Amino acid sequence: MIGLLIVSHSGQAAAGIREIAMEMGGDEETIAAVGGDPDGGIGTSIDEIQAALSDLLEATDGVVVLVDLGSAVMNAETAIEMVEADTDAEIEIADAPIVEGALNAAASATSPKATVESVRESAEEARDISKL
Amino acid sequence: MDETRQREALLEAIENIADRIDEEREYLTELDSAIGDADHGANLNRGFKAVMEKLEAMDDDADVQEIAKTVGMTLVSEVGGAAGPLYGGSAMTASTELEDGITTESSVAFAEAFLEKLQDRGDARVGDKTMVDAITPAVHTYKKSIEQDDLPPLEALAKAVDAAERGVEFTVPIRASKGRASFLGWRSTGHQDPGATSTLFMLEEILAVAEQYLEGDTDVDAASPTIPDEEPEEE
Repeated sequence: MIGLLIVSHSGQAAAGIREIAMEMGGDEETIAAVGGDPDGGIGTSIDEIQAALSDLLEATDGVVVLVDLGSAVMNAETAIEMVEADTDAEIEIADAPIVEGALNAAASATSPKATVESVRESAEEARDISKL
Repeated sequence: MDETRQREALLEAIENIADRIDEEREYLTELDSAIGDADHGANLNRGFKAVMEKLEAMDDDADVQEIAKTVGMTLVSEVGGAAGPLYGGSAMTASTELEDGITTESSVAFAEAFLEKLQDRGDARVGDKTMVDAITPAVHTYKKSIEQDDLPPLEALAKAVDAAERGVEFTVPIRASKGRASFLGWRSTGHQDPGATSTLFMLEEILAVAEQYLEGDTDVDAASPTIPDEEPEEE
């Protein structure tokens, strides 16, 4: 099973996106969401991302991370490096729009053949989704 | 300079940086509110407050490498914005260069490792209107002054601070292509970059401490003179 982590500058946004993604599959143990800086303001926290990744890896074989803006990307990268130092599991960030990417990834992660790479690629296909 | 004095100088530099960030918090926030999300001052200040608490609780026998690494890790955990992984992550990575203490050689290695990690993590180049615009010329100038021009570390550091200052000025007219400011497009021109500015403040504090510890000390142990602080100690 491949896990998903939604990382947004807002904890509420992350939780909401997670809620939407869970319509496509996944459960409490395989889709997680974090957001907000260490004081609860707008931002992201490396420690929280790191903790969420470690929790997800208890129930999954690898994780695809969906991120929103700027520092969320850097904080996710830093957290991944720290978690990867203690595990062989694969963790990748998807270069995708966060909501659409999360939906695609959640659907793709339900496949028994899903890999971190296949789930990340599905998320990235969302870049081409046209709304109008 | 012996180990104890290196340690003393490093701690003093970090404390002065923390104080400077606290003093300049509102100014940094003002710069950031023009082109970013107005959190740079508050984020860095929160980070350095946590750093000071960590260092106060630290063992007296911690070496400079451990101190630099702790500063980096604390910034990574506490800052919350992009400055955390940029300053903190780079300091963590570069701290390994201080294994044998702070020497002229290890300070150059630290500076280079810091810059490499910073550019890699932020995926930013000179001209993107980021802290890279201040730190790149500073590190290059420091390295060149020591390795090619054979200047004593203190003079090299003073030249590096000058270079950083010009780098900060350079961020004013250019358009941002990284970070939140890039969403503004041409409207980001005419504003000084807050990240480059905080980098300069940190370098200035390092230079001030270096002056205090190295003044008149520059030709002692010419083969491997030590300096109290590695270049981009802006962790």
